[in-house]
Amino acid sequence: MAIEPRKPPPQFVAKLQRALGGRAGWGGFVVQILFVAVLAWIAYEIVANARANLQAQRITAGFGFLANTAGFDVSQNLIPYSGSDTYTRVFLVGLLNTLLVSVIGIFFATVIGFIVALGRLSPNWLLARIAGGYVELVRNLPPLFQILFWYLAVLAALPNPRQSISIFGSFFLSNRGLVIPKPIGNPGFEPFVIATVIAIVAAIALWRYSRRALFESGRVIKVWPYALGLLIGLPLLTALIFGAPVSFEVPVLKGFNFAGGSRVIPEFVALTLALSTYTAAFIAEIVRAGIQSVHKGQMEAGSSLGLQRGSVLRLIVIPQAMRVILPPLTNQYLNLTKNSSLAVAIGYPDLVSVFAGTTLSQTGQAIEIIGITMGVYLLISLITSAIMSFYGWRLGRSLAP
Amino acid sequence: MKRVSLVVTLAIAAGLSAQAASAQTLKTVKDRGMLSCGVSQGLPGFSSPDDKGNWTGLDVDVCRAIAAAVFNDATKVKFVPLSAKDRFTALQSGEIDVLSRNTTWTLSRDTSLGANFTGVTYYDGQGFLVKKSLKVNSALELNSASVCVQTGTTTEQNLADYFKGNNMKYEVIAFGTADETVKAYESGRCDVFTSDVSQLYAERLKLANPADHAVLPEVISKEPLGPMVRHGDDQWFDIVKWTLFAMINAEELGVTQKNVDEMAKSDKPDLKRAFGTDGNLGEQLGLTKDWVSRIVKAVGNYGESFDRNVGAGSKLGIARGLNQLWNKGGIQYAPPIR
Repeated sequence: MAIEPRKPPPQFVAKLQRALGGRAGWGGFVVQILFVAVLAWIAYEIVANARANLQAQRITAGFGFLANTAGFDVSQNLIPYSGSDTYTRVFLVGLLNTLLVSVIGIFFATVIGFIVALGRLSPNWLLARIAGGYVELVRNLPPLFQILFWYLAVLAALPNPRQSISIFGSFFLSNRGLVIPKPIGNPGFEPFVIATVIAIVAAIALWRYSRRALFESGRVIKVWPYALGLLIGLPLLTALIFGAPVSFEVPVLKGFNFAGGSRVIPEFVALTLALSTYTAAFIAEIVRAGIQSVHKGQMEAGSSLGLQRGSVLRLIVIPQAMRVILPPLTNQYLNLTKNSSLAVAIGYPDLVSVFAGTTLSQTGQAIEIIGITMGVYLLISLITSAIMSFYGWRLGRSLAP
Repeated sequence: MKRVSLVVTLAIAAGLSAQAASAQTLKTVKDRGMLSCGVSQGLPGFSSPDDKGNWTGLDVDVCRAIAAAVFNDATKVKFVPLSAKDRFTALQSGEIDVLSRNTTWTLSRDTSLGANFTGVTYYDGQGFLVKKSLKVNSALELNSASVCVQTGTTTEQNLADYFKGNNMKYEVIAFGTADETVKAYESGRCDVFTSDVSQLYAERLKLANPADHAVLPEVISKEPLGPMVRHGDDQWFDIVKWTLFAMINAEELGVTQKNVDEMAKSDKPDLKRAFGTDGNLGEQLGLTKDWVSRIVKAVGNYGESFDRNVGAGSKLGIARGLNQLWNKGGIQYAPPIR
């Protein structure tokens, strides 16, 4: 008796049919293909038509402008930049400025948001009311208004450079920003960095060892004195052998401004303050909702184990609340990043300001530049959500029974 | 259902391709009954609204003159306030028919934006405004200064060129609109505010104490300001170009808002040509024979408009300088109407 070849299970075809054509089956599949074809045709028409119109009006098109010289300067650049660099470089400078303000803004927004949420849930009446008042005040005012408030009302009230507030004669605060001594690497810099990295790795290894010992055999090993000794001792030792790792260039008032030193521009400070306090108000409500979504019994169970309120929150409630908090928290991170484009109002050189602003008006290539800028924001947002989804996935795995 | 969506698709595609046909701007303007004119967001002397919302200024007068020539009614203009960085996109997309917004004529703007400059309404140059308390007398003393500029202008590049050329360091802070820029300058964020000199005088009027601020003597660039129209419609290009030329020629011929009716009866050949009593030059443009008298009745000749808006008769009090007629020591010169 011949063995029948194995056929795919009958559900397979049905499944494929459903996936491609929905409930309508193969007929639905044909309609979908037609629909995609029509969409593609419309997209082609739009592009071809725009191209024809641009050519007819003799408007320069294409991405060749990216290699042209920009010819203007930017007040804050994380990578070396001068007016004789290309528009591509301007794009990178703007992108990095946007990322800088977003990352730092997200960090502070999260920290402030968690603190305010915990304050709002605190049994302390006054603290809860202050936190509640903060949320209601800040989240109900438009973000642009808050940015202008920090910039024009708070930071502009600082004295001019000649009367700047000096801290230890090396930090200077004025309406031109905060000037700080600039570290300059000495020959001892590299060994110092290597020693620090080794110390950090060793400290982490010690900590993991002690945790494993705690979970596996219940032994409590005190490692922090060793870790601290490593973290301070090792870099100090290399500094003694190779000499000081860095020296500092102290800023000096010269002419209109400070020469030397590094500077944090007030536009950056105002934007970061405004965005992080504004977003923090929303995050606080999200965190509060998340914590309150965890059943009260969990809190009581923790207390009955003899844990303190802080430990119950940290070890039992917040890990469970994170599942509820995470998706709306991602939204807030995305909002903060997108709101950073309000920077142009106060002259912070973000992507929208230097690229979709100055570069656009100098080259006049609106379609290309707006397209690139939109693509970049989309990419930043997708990467942010991917990171948050990954974190959520890990969290879900660790919470799974 | 399917058929409906296909029809809609076809309609959208047809609409998109219809845009491709070159626009007949004069016809569009006449059909609309209104000229759409891009102006600044409020620059005294050039284009700014008064407390009743009426726009006045030298740039505004150019648009009013075009409306007068087309409709015989200088009020048939819709003014669209635009920031420096939005202005070209508004012109390219057809939102406005003419851009009359203190815009500097440069080669790259003429070639790559799909638009043409039609002439020069004001010969300007870039300068610096500083607080008198800084005791700076020359732009060459501005090493290490912080400079406020409006983004999307030729100013940013001139500034970079000037400081680089003189081996000076500076910090630039660029803002989206003129108001934000002036606000930051006033708050002390910058030592210097740089822009076209005419604009410096205009913006100085908005400061709390105009007398505390001075314009430095250096003029670091050439900034010929003029109106712009889209490529692809030569008739409209001619109309906008010759409207300004008509204003300049009127001044040269001694035609003013007051004596225009009298002058129209003149027997002098050049006046007869201009007023259309001899020949049909206006009709060749697509306008009427009396186009010049319509324009002068509405806004006056170039000199009158200059005096009223930016010159001796205005708060700005800027001298004619380069903008004087060619036969009186300036460089304003219009080809003859013949």
